[in-house]
Amino acid sequence: MSNPMELPPELESDFGGFNQTSRRSFLAGSGAIAITLSLGTLPGAQAFAQAPLAAAGPYPDPDFLKLDTWIVIHPDNTATFYVGKTDGGQGTGTAFRQMMSDELDIAYDKTRLIMGRTDVTPDQGGSGGSTSVERDGRPMRRVAAEARRVLLELGSTHLAAPAELLAVANGTISLKSNPDRKVTYAELIGGKRFNIALTGQNVNLTTGKAAVKPVTDLRVVGQSHKRYDIPPKVDGSMRWAVDMKLPRMVHARNVRPPLAGATLQAIDEASVRDVPGFIRVVRRGNYVAVICEREEQAIRAARQLKAQWLRPEVAPFPASSELFDYMRRATPTSTSEPRVEGDPDAAFKGAAHIIEAEYEVPFQGHSSIGPAHALADPSDGQMTIYTNDMKAYSHRTGVAKFLGMPREKVRVVYMDGPQVYGRTAADDAGFEAAFLANELGRPVRMQWMRDEEAGWDTKGPAHVFKLRGGLDDRGKLVALEYDACSADYNHLWYNEPETVLIAQLMGIRPAKPAKGSVETPTTVYAIPNQRTTTRIVGLPLIWETPLRTGNLRDPNGPQVTFAYESFIDELAVAAKADAIQFRLDMLEQAKEDNVFRKSRSLAVVRAAANSYGWDTRPSPKPRVAEVHDKVVSGRGVAYTYRGNTIVAVIAEVEVNRETGRVWAKRLVCAHDCGLVINPETLHHTVECGMLHGLSRALWEEVQFDTEKVTSINWASYPSLRHSDTPETIDIMLVNGDPNPDRPDLAPYGAGECSHKPLIAAIANAIYDATGVRLRRAPFRSERVLTALKLGSGAA
Amino acid sequence: MSMVKLRVNGATHELNVDPSTPLLYVLRNDLDLRGPRFGCGLGQCSVCTVIMGGAAIRSCITPVSAVRGEVTTLEGLSKNGKLHPLQEAWIEEQAAQCGYCQNGQIMTAKALLDRNPHPSDSEIREAMDGALCRCMTFYRVQAAIRRAARGTKVTGEGK
Repeated sequence: MSNPMELPPELESDFGGFNQTSRRSFLAGSGAIAITLSLGTLPGAQAFAQAPLAAAGPYPDPDFLKLDTWIVIHPDNTATFYVGKTDGGQGTGTAFRQMMSDELDIAYDKTRLIMGRTDVTPDQGGSGGSTSVERDGRPMRRVAAEARRVLLELGSTHLAAPAELLAVANGTISLKSNPDRKVTYAELIGGKRFNIALTGQNVNLTTGKAAVKPVTDLRVVGQSHKRYDIPPKVDGSMRWAVDMKLPRMVHARNVRPPLAGATLQAIDEASVRDVPGFIRVVRRGNYVAVICEREEQAIRAARQLKAQWLRPEVAPFPASSELFDYMRRATPTSTSEPRVEGDPDAAFKGAAHIIEAEYEVPFQGHSSIGPAHALADPSDGQMTIYTNDMKAYSHRTGVAKFLGMPREKVRVVYMDGPQVYGRTAADDAGFEAAFLANELGRPVRMQWMRDEEAGWDTKGPAHVFKLRGGLDDRGKLVALEYDACSADYNHLWYNEPETVLIAQLMGIRPAKPAKGSVETPTTVYAIPNQRTTTRIVGLPLIWETPLRTGNLRDPNGPQVTFAYESFIDELAVAAKADAIQFRLDMLEQAKEDNVFRKSRSLAVVRAAANSYGWDTRPSPKPRVAEVHDKVVSGRGVAYTYRGNTIVAVIAEVEVNRETGRVWAKRLVCAHDCGLVINPETLHHTVECGMLHGLSRALWEEVQFDTEKVTSINWASYPSLRHSDTPETIDIMLVNGDPNPDRPDLAPYGAGECSHKPLIAAIANAIYDATGVRLRRAPFRSERVLTALKLGSGAA
Repeated sequence: MSMVKLRVNGATHELNVDPSTPLLYVLRNDLDLRGPRFGCGLGQCSVCTVIMGGAAIRSCITPVSAVRGEVTTLEGLSKNGKLHPLQEAWIEEQAAQCGYCQNGQIMTAKALLDRNPHPSDSEIREAMDGALCRCMTFYRVQAAIRRAARGTKVTGEGK
């Protein structure tokens, strides 16, 4: 390459068909003014850079208060949008293009999108918390509306006609009275800067002078545009982060402590010197990596390296079979103030019927289908990291701090990768690649192996819950106590230079461990008397542990909802009430809030019941004819919300009473996330979210002995499979807003909500089918069989 | 290191590699193919799947020395710029979330349809069971396979 700091030319084309260094010059107001670009036959056009090279690095932050940072109009009357986001596979990139195309009044297929490149896209934080469309889509819409306003002003001057006499469509401004008198966006500004300042105290508040369109005027939003990233993903042409290669690049593999908390005593480097292509063993404290010229050589060297590790004096954790007893006994690291509504003690005293139940959820992993990876390039005193990390911006800041480099010398290039539902090991791998690249002075590709991904990625925390409820003599819930305990002490946040795995293994520690979090249920049920208590516990080993907790898709939601919505079901059973009617009665009594959760919850629960064909009766299902059948069936409902999005799921399961196998034969979901940007993409996200929840309900559990994680591959950490797939999945997109056509109807997040109630819905369906209550997830065959034999379900 | 001759997607390559090298790394790092990807290195997930001798095999546990005959990767499915009916069905059904595992889904489905052009639902589930996906796209993947199988009935394509 002529300039080591340029991205490889093929990648430049992947990233929008023109040279990104000239993009930086363009933003900085120096270098080439005009960016020539041919989009060719979008999508997937392979257009090449025609802009002159400009100086590479440093990489100042793109200024979100400049319109030019967000939108470029090209001479061929197409547009490129730049956003500070990433797309983990839910089609948010397609949604951003739809929202921005709509406000700009340009055809969707005349646009393209660049995401998550810290040197050329404004910092919107990357992805997380189902906020992409709900929060980050807002400034995107506003800046696109502002670009349209400016273009209309220019068009007005050009056509010598006042704006109100002009029409705008497909990137062309024309006289309403004489459409032949027209001018295109390209003719007005193609390849040139807008030079328009925006306002806003932070990137989320970025705005111009223009107002966004009322929802009723949106035309691209609401259409099921096919995702632009799927064709290159099915023909093998997409360049993923895992595909990045650079000249002089070498391959690294980590060597992890074989026992949690072990201390490295010695390394015998001679044990790997005979490996062809061997370059170096790098050791800092307990962090060890090997580097070789070729990938298979690095794998061999990592396996072959002889190292002496000292077993820790104290067992790092209890075995997973003892975990919940340990958590119940452990002294909490923090305890919340009890939250009390009404007078629960008096209400329990007056209750006609009191029931209690405990629920348990183990550690569950991200266990990405593609283990963590990154490529770091240290050329020319800068650092570029190619990664699928969903938080590209904090990755940049964190790596810069970790290496002691100025932020301006570090950039992160987000590329597609395996699923990222939160704080994955992608954070860790990027830091490791950058550290090793810095050490070696050559581009280093880091790739975790399967056992590392399963064993050492961050985990969703294990939970133990205790619930107690009091019913009056009419079966109405009058008192509820909820107590939750989460093994979430020292929860990892994103890209922290003091807590990424390499830092921990090097012996670096932050001032104090993170407190962790434990949540309370999200419902709007009217329950007059309640007490809520929560606490967090830690395991003995909190540093350098494979049982690191970090955000996993709605971090505590599936666990909390399992306990809460299972218990609501148990209360309905105790009240001899229908599970849906019991919930509707409590929703009817609820207070409305500013996002109409009550109305929308009622609409969602009713829509699910109608779509399912729910017949009103108590659980369990009366078994007459099938009392001796091998396979019995039942249905279960669970309802919740995540942020402003409401969901109800009904599962129909078949339980094999001889094998214990549970099959969710049918899933029905009613989902209200407000304004829908792309119905088909939303359907798919809701569907896959449910199945991810089903996987956590039926299979997922991180197991360990007192020294190490033993769930280290797909045999020991089983996950949902094709054979588990429901026969039918029905999804209803509900709009339960009291004024569903209001012009300011907002879109709410959809990336996590449908995933949240699945464990509960399955547990409730198993009860309906068998009369046996499962209070410990996941519901693998052996656990179900044991529970069926015991008859009580306390397994 | 020794010379290894490979026939991949219709082209012949001679490479100087350790014969024990898993085929996956040769395809990715020496032949610059992007379809087969690393998932587990244990033959458990199918992300690395390629077709050899009509069978879907796991390239992550197949040494290059064991390769016999033509290897077809995801890139080799399209002919003369036209996508394979499975790939078209995948786009129609939008059968991907992140898409990382879809190589394994498509290649496993290809081997299935090649030997059984009109599989029943239970045959699809059985044949695809080793193709893991952590975004859980199974429902749409199965729909895409059915769509492609219907297409082969009408057009006779996809052989």
